[in-house]
Amino acid sequence: MARMTYAQAACAALEAAMRLDPQVVVVGEDVGRGGIFGQYRGLQTAFGAARVIDTPISEATIMGAAVGMALAGLKPVVEMRVVDFALCAIDELVNQAAKARYMFGGQGRVGLVARLPNGLWSGSAAQHSQSLEAWFAHIPGLVVVAPATPQDNHALLAASLACGDPVVYLEHKELWGFEGEVAASRRARLGEAEIARPGSDATVVTWSRTRHAALEAADLAERQGVSLEVIDLRTLWPWDRDAVLESAGRTGRVLIAHEAVQVAGFGAEIAATLAEESDARVRRLGAPRIPVGYSQPLEDESRITPQAIAAAGIGLARDHRR
Amino acid sequence: MREALDAERALALYRTMARIRAFEDAAEEASRGGVAAFGASLSEAKVRGPLHLSTGQEAVAAGVCAHLRKSDLLTSTHRGHGHTIAKGAALERMMCELFGRASGYNGGKGGSMHIADFSVGMLGANGVVAAGIPIAVGAAHALRARGGDDVVCCFFGDGAINRGPFLEGLNWAAVQALPILFVCEDNRWAATTATATTTAGAGALVRAQAIGVPGAQADGNDVYAVWAAAGKLLAEVREGGGPRLLHAITYRVKGHVSVDAAAYRDAAKHDRELERDPLVLAATRIGMRETLEAIGREARDEVAAALAAAHAAPWPERQSAYTDVQDTGAGRWRG
Repeated sequence: MARMTYAQAACAALEAAMRLDPQVVVVGEDVGRGGIFGQYRGLQTAFGAARVIDTPISEATIMGAAVGMALAGLKPVVEMRVVDFALCAIDELVNQAAKARYMFGGQGRVGLVARLPNGLWSGSAAQHSQSLEAWFAHIPGLVVVAPATPQDNHALLAASLACGDPVVYLEHKELWGFEGEVAASRRARLGEAEIARPGSDATVVTWSRTRHAALEAADLAERQGVSLEVIDLRTLWPWDRDAVLESAGRTGRVLIAHEAVQVAGFGAEIAATLAEESDARVRRLGAPRIPVGYSQPLEDESRITPQAIAAAGIGLARDHRR
Repeated sequence: MREALDAERALALYRTMARIRAFEDAAEEASRGGVAAFGASLSEAKVRGPLHLSTGQEAVAAGVCAHLRKSDLLTSTHRGHGHTIAKGAALERMMCELFGRASGYNGGKGGSMHIADFSVGMLGANGVVAAGIPIAVGAAHALRARGGDDVVCCFFGDGAINRGPFLEGLNWAAVQALPILFVCEDNRWAATTATATTTAGAGALVRAQAIGVPGAQADGNDVYAVWAAAGKLLAEVREGGGPRLLHAITYRVKGHVSVDAAAYRDAAKHDRELERDPLVLAATRIGMRETLEAIGREARDEVAAALAAAHAAPWPERQSAYTDVQDTGAGRWRG
């Protein structure tokens, strides 16, 4: 057990994987200097510039080269700086990485981990603050992972590297310095949620940084006599239906809270599943369908706060209409 | 090392071209009615969807791939039958794939546009223009990690040089001194638009040179010219000299896809281009008429057997639509 930041935890998991498997390589901008968030610190010194490859600002070729590397036997970790820039590589991710194994009839496969830091980034405005997990969950072939804690960033990165599928790995832009205890030996299974806090009156289903807002919200609700259960999905594709349906069966009320725009967000998929497969009353809380503004009061309009989650959760718990 | 072109090699190049021509002629015939575009409507056809023919461009595939080993890797384009055949794929499994059968290279999941034979290092045709360039860059990194002097050969068309991955990929390959031969197979038509009308400057080679990737230009209808130029450039790449580019200028005899009659082209100019058929040019040079006729017959017989096999081959099981998607979350097809 060691205390680490979210960035250090991922770096430690990657270093361990690179020591075990010489096929694991890193490819992206500024990785030699440790990455802009320190999530690759020390790796080029340890493994050399042929395995920790500094690239030009060529997102399409970073992602496309990773596809070629994977088809020819390497296991690349793709650094994309922020998810917003991955839109410059969307053909390579969606048309190539996600499709190659299928359309070539299984002759090759694309085991890669594309790290696309997701979510709001304070003061960074519309092109650096998006939450695009629903886009990727929509694409057959892709796995979508969104760790919220240092422990999960360690264990889920290791699991992603091991799974052999193309993984969209969505670390959160504002969690890099978040500290927590990490047990390097602890494993995580892709597709398995965690009950971050048990509760009985309503369930909050969430992921990524919103897990922490939801935990704060549960504290606020408790003071008002409402018990919220918080489920951190951790993996969005495949998402843990069983855990959500089980909790919904107990509480009968589910609030899905996420930082992405609410309209056609991944919460809609969960809500639809609950409508089809449970009797639970369901609500969603996501960002309004506006670009993220620069100025603090504008940016705040897009933030999902603990207060907002608590209010929605309490309202849902006290709603006894049929 | 430059190799001399002897009679045996000349016949081998001719044989490759003849096999590509025979395969594509048969595929074209089997595709009639297979796509609804360019005013055509869909009807019963054995080869479905867009079929991009490289008829008239066979000398580029044959001349370049004659220098490649099985362990070299290749990325191709939507017009990739020739490259695939020249790299060593079997015509029968290719035809089965075009027919959408289970015994095709891709199990019926790819068809013409995604034809691939990884067992001979052919990493796939691609439905997106220029998409093979970044993939070639990554494959070259993998070859470097493996050690040895294998190379990647990356084919793309003249239209691709107007897409970003051309700049990105050549720049990266030059900076990293990667073992890649880029081949711009310039058939002078980008879909239904003359490339010259949408391309500034002098084209692929000049652009490559500006990035620091040396290369050469060759008459892409002259298989010996392609063979000689590619041989020299590939030797430099194998020796660790970094990437090179071959700009092979040829002509697209057919339309963009098989149902495109290409009526937008000037008929007189088109007829003049047809006089430069690469098989005819090579035959004139080789002589040996009876031998060449026999090679042509063998190629057509091989294709006839491939067609018969494809007609008889079983369809994929419906369940195979759900295989090779992904392992993580397999089975979760509806939520």
